[in-house]
Amino acid sequence: MTIRVGDSVKAPSFQKAALPLLNDAQLRKNVRHATEVIQRKRDMVAGELPDWQALREAAAAIKRKTLRHLDEYLEQFEAACLAAGGHVHWARDAEEANRLVLELVRQQNAHEVLKIKTMTADETGLNRALEQAGIRPHETDLAELIVQLGEDRPSHIVVPALHKNRSQVREIFREKMQRPELGESPQDLTEAARQYLREKFLRVKTAIGGANFLIAETGGVCIVESEGNGRMCLTLPETLILMAGVEKVIPRFQDLEVFLQLLPRSATGERMNPYNSIWTGVHAGDGPRSFHVVLIDNGRTGILADEEARQTLQCIRCGACLNACPVYRQTGGHAYGSTYGGPIGAILTPQLQNMEHAQSLPYASSLCGACYEVCPVKINIPEVLIHLRGRVVREQQSPLKPEALGMKAVAAVFRSHRRLEAAQRLAQMAQAPLVKDGWIHRLPGELSAWTAARDLQAIPKQSFRQWWKETHRDGE
Amino acid sequence: MRISLFIACYNDLLFPETGKSLVRLMERLGHTVAFPREQTCCGQMHYNTGYQREAMPLMRQFVETFQDAEVVCIPSSSCVAMMRDHYPKMAASTGDARLVDAVNALLPRVFEFSELLVNKLGVEDVGAYYPHRVTYHASCHSLRSLQLGDLPLRLLRKVRGIDLVELPHADRCCGFGGTFAVKNGDVSAAMLAEKMRDVEDTGAEVCAAVDNSCLMHIHGGLHQQGVGIRTVHLAEILASTEEETAR
Repeated sequence: MTIRVGDSVKAPSFQKAALPLLNDAQLRKNVRHATEVIQRKRDMVAGELPDWQALREAAAAIKRKTLRHLDEYLEQFEAACLAAGGHVHWARDAEEANRLVLELVRQQNAHEVLKIKTMTADETGLNRALEQAGIRPHETDLAELIVQLGEDRPSHIVVPALHKNRSQVREIFREKMQRPELGESPQDLTEAARQYLREKFLRVKTAIGGANFLIAETGGVCIVESEGNGRMCLTLPETLILMAGVEKVIPRFQDLEVFLQLLPRSATGERMNPYNSIWTGVHAGDGPRSFHVVLIDNGRTGILADEEARQTLQCIRCGACLNACPVYRQTGGHAYGSTYGGPIGAILTPQLQNMEHAQSLPYASSLCGACYEVCPVKINIPEVLIHLRGRVVREQQSPLKPEALGMKAVAAVFRSHRRLEAAQRLAQMAQAPLVKDGWIHRLPGELSAWTAARDLQAIPKQSFRQWWKETHRDGE
Repeated sequence: MRISLFIACYNDLLFPETGKSLVRLMERLGHTVAFPREQTCCGQMHYNTGYQREAMPLMRQFVETFQDAEVVCIPSSSCVAMMRDHYPKMAASTGDARLVDAVNALLPRVFEFSELLVNKLGVEDVGAYYPHRVTYHASCHSLRSLQLGDLPLRLLRKVRGIDLVELPHADRCCGFGGTFAVKNGDVSAAMLAEKMRDVEDTGAEVCAAVDNSCLMHIHGGLHQQGVGIRTVHLAEILASTEEETAR
């Protein structure tokens, strides 16, 4: 099995990756600005629905039910898709998914393909596999195009080029589209992208995309987007290949009623996406002549097996948790070293990769809970983070690590109030060499990370319990 | 009412004034405070850092120590959140039915400090006097886990002499997050820098909260920057009276 989540196996720890990003003032400004704008819009349109909380509850319930019977719904989807004239392929891991897609592309003798924005293809590293086989992928989502032309990595689930501002985008377009005269107004930039892409839409006959929802009942695949470039890819090419994680299935067409209210409001702060497409198989004289869905596991059934973390698979990739996260706000998405950044990435990536890699990610959170509050499918991300931290401690980390020994020692002290009282007296005395004018300015070892940016008030001479004992002799 | 105080381990050692103020206030309001000596720590640091096994005996100890209490008051919202969010699940995982029952019976009697005053004791005006410009930092656990809403602010608004100023971006984390501040010290410091700017912009002399942990973080940052803003727990403001200030 080659379970892969982008390049996260090779990614440095979150702490290491965060450092250069924290020093990139322009990037941080871009991230702060973009997330604030989206969040403000999201808060407004979520707030205007009186039944928002009921919708979240319904979405979570539908997802939980689907995950409990995932095998049945997937087979139902397969049968319905086949009946509508489509084809369904099953991929155990990233490698198999890429191989299946490559075979389909080769059958068309295609040397280039259109891409609709898809996280799953980024997860499997499809573009690299295509390029290695001599096939050129053209990203058609505006932000993905910026990332591709800039030889960059996406930094946000919904807004992949969120870390770039307009003038940075203009520089990329000027160079890669050979348009030295290009201005930086939104009109100039979209016009340039439009001209660049239209030519490809009309020429390239194979498109690869993802899915927002797979409808088990009808075999339809629902794709929502803002630009219409996805719609171009769905309607113009002769061959359409859609890659989807197995968790994308929902039971009924009617369930879209819930999700299509929650997703656009959570993702882009829109009441409805400008383009909502549902493709079901093939139809004579309309759209692609050959329609394929590649269903991908790539570690998902492993997550399904962990009862406490299973809710991770409820995710509909709206990105609301990224925009709300105070940690993401500081670093942007690249620090997470994965296709999936932000709070959802911090729980998804380490699980997909069986906790061997990305052990720092469950700790990349202050557990402030802002992600859970905005999550449209009610994934209790802090709870899953804590669960995964437990798995890091129990399954991955040496029990002789200084932190582990320290934690065990402190726990032993806390198990007895007499030991705690003795430890308090010890701390009150032992701090003396560190204290200057009532403050500690430098702590030793790993704790020096605290005093790098914060002083620590010295431990007072008398603890509360010492005071109590002195003043409340009759008490308990 | 007989109020059993769970002080929280870090308040006990680092912020004894919070406990003393709480005792003084509750006694002034006509209640009795008990401090069971067997108490230590709720287990939050261990639990949240991944040492869940180590947190288990600490939960048992809390339950044993406080199971007969009329009400338990905790001047630390994150400890209350630890209990409400995780104790039931932790107890269930032991398969010990007696422990599950004990946790379920005890939790409804556990109150965060401002919850106890407003929701249980029904007071908002506690007769406090505090002639300072104060801003209030709503800690993440108080806001999103306990859903305290404006309870602490309702108490503060009734304090005489206070000049209460609103903190911008009040729902944004200060970057403490327990061991997060050490494990991800740089990101935590970047979050803190934003919070400090917001606090300074209010022009307040004092930043208050219902969690000394956030305040330790904010005050530590301000002190290192040479900013003279003080931080105090809500209990210390509510315990202050005109007579005391005159003294």
